[in-house]
Amino acid sequence: MIVIDTANHISALAAKMARARVIAAYPITPQTTVVEKLAEYVESGELDAEFIRVESEHSAMTACIAAEAMGVRTFTATASHGLLLMHEMLHWAGLARLPIVMVNVNRAIGPGWNIWSDANDSMAQRDTGWLHFYCSSNQEVYDSIIMAYKIAESQEVMLPAMICYDGFILSHTSMPVEVPEQSKIDEFLPEFKPAWKIDVENPITHGNIVEPHYYAQIRYDMQVAMERAKKIIEEVGEEWGKKFGRDYGLVQEYKCEDADYVILTMASMAAEAKVAVDELRNKGEKVGLVNLRTHRPMPFERLKYDKIIVIERAVSFGLGGIVYNELKGRVPELYGFIAGIGGMDVSYRDIERMYELAKEGKDGWYPIEVK
Amino acid sequence: MKTAISYPTEGAMGKTGTWRVFRPSIDIGKCIKCWRCWIFCPDAAISKGEYPVIDYEYCKGCGICANECPVNAIEMGREEK
Repeated sequence: MIVIDTANHISALAAKMARARVIAAYPITPQTTVVEKLAEYVESGELDAEFIRVESEHSAMTACIAAEAMGVRTFTATASHGLLLMHEMLHWAGLARLPIVMVNVNRAIGPGWNIWSDANDSMAQRDTGWLHFYCSSNQEVYDSIIMAYKIAESQEVMLPAMICYDGFILSHTSMPVEVPEQSKIDEFLPEFKPAWKIDVENPITHGNIVEPHYYAQIRYDMQVAMERAKKIIEEVGEEWGKKFGRDYGLVQEYKCEDADYVILTMASMAAEAKVAVDELRNKGEKVGLVNLRTHRPMPFERLKYDKIIVIERAVSFGLGGIVYNELKGRVPELYGFIAGIGGMDVSYRDIERMYELAKEGKDGWYPIEVK
Repeated sequence: MKTAISYPTEGAMGKTGTWRVFRPSIDIGKCIKCWRCWIFCPDAAISKGEYPVIDYEYCKGCGICANECPVNAIEMGREEK
């Protein structure tokens, strides 16, 4: 079935079809319509789930943690300041190894007040032990949410997952999305089997004081699980491809085989970059595109190119581009552009321009300061 | 998968009764067997016998039982060791 709807409504539909049983969320622009749609599903009886209304995003994440610890599949969605308010509990979900799935609609952080797209909200959560996925279309949003449950709930992973997409550019834009039948989704995504749960029949205590050597092992185990997740992400993406005809993996490559330069970007900028690559190819430029779908775990193995041009919508002050700096030292020739901050439009023409600038040996804040 | 899970066992934290400064004692003549002390004891150191029974191996002497007793049947006296 083809559904034409916004990424926010598609997110709600995906959470419903993944059969999330507890939803705790707080509305925030530009995510609000995700929560509204889910509330509607629960109210109408279309979705058999407990909808917990909370007074803040910190409480939303806490409610999801508590429900997930009871062995129940959960869902929440947030954006920007809401995500930042969750920060403490994001660490908690990671360390407790609870495979919660959350949508984050990327939005700039104030002040000045800005509701447009900017990835600094989710980039600032990259060390919380969550799997981070970025989507470049509404179809990818749907597919990624369902796949995220399977990846996060894998016994080899057991880590929470965050699905990110650009505010307004995707969140409020209707696009056609192919939605499989519920029975096919149920076949793909079986019932959640928790690794541990709070159960009165078999009492345990979770989160008690642990000595340093054991705490260090818990942390190390998360790093190992992140590494294992790379394999699971590829496997689940391949299985999705076989079942539904759209292949996924850690990254998506476009015209990279013979490329001299590879443009690496994420989220909606990757869709725009595809147009730029086609335009540049028409002019005879040997250029390809890597859409970095997965930011945590960081798929270094899939980024073995000689010349990479990173274009990203976030910055680490005092360091520079985040993905750019993560790749520094691993790529022989690396260029980094910070672009689209605070929702500044990045068209395929801008991406073509950045490519030309990189060929001249220049990079930096586009278009503010490039040298 | 590693996370901070522990299984409750008796005395997992050692003989916490040695921490006690004040010692509760129950006057069974006054006790009405309402079991509020049993419900409120945070260390589950009170069990149900004919009357409430305090396990001094684990009672830390917090005094919550004495505070909750509606008929003042529990007295906190200084521990003498």
